[in-house]
Amino acid sequence: MAEPSLAADAKPWKESTATPFIRIKNITKKFGEFTAVDDIILDIYKGELFCLLGGSGCGKSTLLRMLAGFETPTSGTIEIDGQDVANIAAFDRPTNMMFQSYALFPHMSVEKNVVYGLLREGVPKAEAMDRVSDMLRLVKLQDFAKRKPHQLSGGQQQRVALARSLIKQPKLLLLDEPLGALDKKLREETQFELIHIQESLGVTFIVVTHDQEEAMTLSTRIGVMDAGKIVQVGEPPQIYENPNSKFVADFIGSVNMFEGTVDVAVSDTLRIKSPEAGIDLLVEPIAGLKANQNVSVAIRPERIAVTRHKPEGAANIVEGEVEEVAYLGNLSIYRVKLASGKILKVTKSNLLHDDVPIKWDEKVFLSWSNAAGIVLTT
Amino acid sequence: MTALQASTPWRKTAAFLARFGLTGRMLVIAVPMIWLLVFFLLPFLVVLKISMAEPMIARPPYSPLFVDGSIKATIGNYAYLWEDTLYINAYWSSIKIAFFSTVLALLIGYPMSYYIARTPEPKRSLLLLLIVLPFWTSFLLRVYAWIGILKTKGVLNMLLMKMGVIDQPLIIMQTDVAVYIGIVYTYLPFMILPLYANLVKLDDALLEASADLGAGPISTFFRITIPLSLPGIIAGSMLVFIPAIGEFVIPALLGGPDTLMIGKVLWNEFFSNRDWPVASAVAIAMLVLLVIPIMLLRMAQSKGGDT
Repeated sequence: MAEPSLAADAKPWKESTATPFIRIKNITKKFGEFTAVDDIILDIYKGELFCLLGGSGCGKSTLLRMLAGFETPTSGTIEIDGQDVANIAAFDRPTNMMFQSYALFPHMSVEKNVVYGLLREGVPKAEAMDRVSDMLRLVKLQDFAKRKPHQLSGGQQQRVALARSLIKQPKLLLLDEPLGALDKKLREETQFELIHIQESLGVTFIVVTHDQEEAMTLSTRIGVMDAGKIVQVGEPPQIYENPNSKFVADFIGSVNMFEGTVDVAVSDTLRIKSPEAGIDLLVEPIAGLKANQNVSVAIRPERIAVTRHKPEGAANIVEGEVEEVAYLGNLSIYRVKLASGKILKVTKSNLLHDDVPIKWDEKVFLSWSNAAGIVLTT
Repeated sequence: MTALQASTPWRKTAAFLARFGLTGRMLVIAVPMIWLLVFFLLPFLVVLKISMAEPMIARPPYSPLFVDGSIKATIGNYAYLWEDTLYINAYWSSIKIAFFSTVLALLIGYPMSYYIARTPEPKRSLLLLLIVLPFWTSFLLRVYAWIGILKTKGVLNMLLMKMGVIDQPLIIMQTDVAVYIGIVYTYLPFMILPLYANLVKLDDALLEASADLGAGPISTFFRITIPLSLPGIIAGSMLVFIPAIGEFVIPALLGGPDTLMIGKVLWNEFFSNRDWPVASAVAIAMLVLLVIPIMLLRMAQSKGGDT
């Protein structure tokens, strides 16, 4: 079991010499006329915890099911550890899957559920039972071995499903919304437990999720999917800080979006005309833009400062009126209406106790640096 | 309910009835209870009473239970069933025929149910309709129709001879084979419907999980599908076995003189011999014979089963 795990700072996807563990080459899956997965190319490396993130119907589950062998690709190939798996049936693949519904066998005890895979593989019963008790200890279910699935709580069932899918020490573990059925508190605890187990076993995980927070917490890399395509692949900070499209910027976290046209680059700042903002937006220049090209500028709510007095030296300053304030404890959310009618969302962490907190209907100044704006062309 | 309870006249009536132990809950339970009492328990007691009487040339043809204020009952009829091998053989033969018919119906019905349960709508509804469709014709007519198919110069023999499969017609009519065909044909829907109801609930993810863990299709079928459909198998088998054991029409029409089934014996005892007490004893013995295994099964199920 003690395979070397992926060191936290190792990033094989950044090294051109590293061999991918899973190669997904031009995979397409059609159901009749509907294209669920559209020509996906993706490399995943050994020991990664890769998240496929997208809304419902984006094809992420279909891609996972093709890796498991439950669906046959319409075209393209999948290689796992250098082996083309096209002609390998689900029951012969070196992968295991943790199902969204857990799919625990209701007529079998926890122990029997977990040992099932080992016995089908022909592992002698005594050895298999030893491995099961080790695995149940890992997921902290050693006292529940004789229980039936319906006698367990949701969180315990989730751990049985995890134990069952890990017992055969698969090369690749596929997890379909592994935390989807748990409540928020349990989900947060389980996220870290999942990372811990993944690191201690060194198994490559591919996780399908629609929850961006979950993806951000768990993954080494995220693949954002939309309409059957992977629109961006990257490490969580990269996806958040440098989204490559309006879709990704909007899907991951919340964002304020301005429409505008490219004016000119003045030395090290790019000027974008935006009637919506009421000012010319100043951002860091990016390559490949033409004058008068239509672009969008995305600004994260936490990058905007909200003040009563006009700040000095900020690159972008707009005036507005507070429409709504939501106090969330650790932070407050302001919805500020600009002269153009556009509403901006601004978050402010409540680090210090303000003497006079900003209230409804107050006139305020919003400001941000030119590094805060992300220019998006698609 | 709240609106009703709020109105005063209803409350008064309810309070009045409750004084005699008649609550709303009691009334709801009472309906099926009264039904069972009137249409099951009372007739059963009447038959039980007759089974303990002596046959008499009278109207009705048995001795009364109360003579001069004392109860006159005998278990002689039951002793007679035990002594005369005819009855034991008939029971045994009925159980045998019912058992093998059930097994055959299960073997034929299971794949059919499985297929229907896996078929997407709307085709699935059509297939279910086809299973129920024969019920729209009289049962008696359908059994008669089998005579036309199975007899020496019937449809089946003609067809097989034309195709050159056989040179001599097969003797099927008036044999146990014809009885098996008749029973399996008639009771197949009773096997298919409960099995279907069970199999349609089977979660595909369980089969996928089994495959994912390395079990081939056959292994998955025996380890996952069969155990999970056990309640359907038991229900379907009961629904075939119980009526088949007492079946009268099918052995009478399709079976021969050698086909010994308890339903036929009962009919003879009742109508040919006019020996009501023995006929009643036959009926009661059969009931006991059926009820005991069902109760044992129920007990086993409630002990081991938590589904």
